[in-house]
Amino acid sequence: MAAVLNIRGLTKAYKPGMPVLKGIDLDFDERGLTAIIGSSGTGKSTLIRIINRLVNPTEGSILFKGVELSRIEGRQLREVRRRIGMVFQEYNLVERLSVMENLLTGRLGYVSALDAWRRKFPEEDVTHAYELLDIIGLSDFAHQRADSLSGGQRQRVGIARALMQRPEILLADEPTSSLDPKTSVEIMELLKSQGVTNGIPVVVNIHDVELARRFADRIVGMTGGRVVFDGPPAQLTDDHLKMIYGGEGWLQ
Amino acid sequence: MSNAMATVPASRTWQRHTVGQKLARTALWLLIAVAVALSVQSINVIWEFLWDAPEQMMDMGRRMWPPDLAYYPKTVHAALMETFHIATLGTIFSMVFALPLSILAAHNITPHKGLNLFAKTMLVSSRSVNSLVWALLFVAVFGPGPLAGAVAIACRSVGFVGKLLGEALEEVHFGAIEALKAAGASQTSQILYGYWPAVKPAFWSIMLLRWDINIRESSVLGLVGAGGLGMAMNAAIDTFEWDRVAVILLTIFAVVVIGEVVVTYFRRRLI
Repeated sequence: MAAVLNIRGLTKAYKPGMPVLKGIDLDFDERGLTAIIGSSGTGKSTLIRIINRLVNPTEGSILFKGVELSRIEGRQLREVRRRIGMVFQEYNLVERLSVMENLLTGRLGYVSALDAWRRKFPEEDVTHAYELLDIIGLSDFAHQRADSLSGGQRQRVGIARALMQRPEILLADEPTSSLDPKTSVEIMELLKSQGVTNGIPVVVNIHDVELARRFADRIVGMTGGRVVFDGPPAQLTDDHLKMIYGGEGWLQ
Repeated sequence: MSNAMATVPASRTWQRHTVGQKLARTALWLLIAVAVALSVQSINVIWEFLWDAPEQMMDMGRRMWPPDLAYYPKTVHAALMETFHIATLGTIFSMVFALPLSILAAHNITPHKGLNLFAKTMLVSSRSVNSLVWALLFVAVFGPGPLAGAVAIACRSVGFVGKLLGEALEEVHFGAIEALKAAGASQTSQILYGYWPAVKPAFWSIMLLRWDINIRESSVLGLVGAGGLGMAMNAAIDTFEWDRVAVILLTIFAVVVIGEVVVTYFRRRLI
């Protein structure tokens, strides 16, 4: 299977001499959902944000479908970013815009600022948006303002917005951390099924080990800025979890 | 436990201020008293005139009453419309200049210290000069009339609108902007889709407030020849026609009250 993303020797230090990521090597191929687990502050979020350069790496290489994106800037960077979908913990919708407008912001990388301002999006984008609203079950909410939705609904809009980009990879940074358990499962199901439908890899940062086990095809365990486990969920043992999270009382 | 309770002295006292705080407060009051005394001395009050003031006020009141209402349709109405135009045009001009300056001043949109400083300097210099002073300058440039007034109003308002709007922009929640960035949106698209919807209510609220202030300010700009109600008032004062001055004052009062009502109505609908 062709590689989509190759990360080599990735290091990030927000303060010189205090790296958060200490030499990460990871490869992602065309399909499957990868869950990145690890305790807070271990660099999961930094890792996922470096992939689309919301955070700049200190050292190392990120090869996305043959494009080295660790050093690009400006237009080049924007053109790579629009091929990478991202879902956020706090949904990050534009609160005062309608659900439809929020979906269409997924096309801002393709539509000129002036056309976007005049709400002149190509016909196919609007059609695609309605299709996605059907998929996430919010067809009746197209004209509602984003701030009138519940957390679960917002996150589904967040996922639909990312899918509007017709991304070649989908990143999700703690997409279920602000949601109740039932909604969390629904969101994970949506992420997983959309990854399969579109034939794209999905990379999810997640706190909940059970949820990761249930939905992931592959689990990456991180601790102290390093990858300490990388394999299918079946191989993840309590010993690994002790190593990833430290201590063992919480496992009982 | 009960032992420990018993050893606590029976007469525990509580005081609001410690001795040091009391001394500091007394010193502060003394300082204020001295400052007031010095200021009164330095403004050279002519006491005869001060004692005379109530009588003079009564006299002026008698001259103002009854107001010469017939004067309103003759002159005041046209001057009032001019005041409206000065305030409205001035507010619109200020918006045009304040928008780019506020974007340059907001450090989250413009991460460039030099540009921030430039924009902030422009905004501060606009605010540091009073409307009347701006009007004096522009009367000298454009000659007396409403144009000078409108430009003066605009120059004073740019600083006000730009500062408040810049602060509103800086308070925009970063999350939505980050999401737009992640979708590959350009800086312009981020402003139009991320920042603008977030600051829109604040923007209209600031513009309405400034328009309200400008109505009041433009009604006195005429005192220095910049058109509007003030010009009519100046003429009436110069010729001691106090009954006409009264009509103008009543007009200003009515306009301010109506402006307040209108602004409050629209602001409530906006937010």
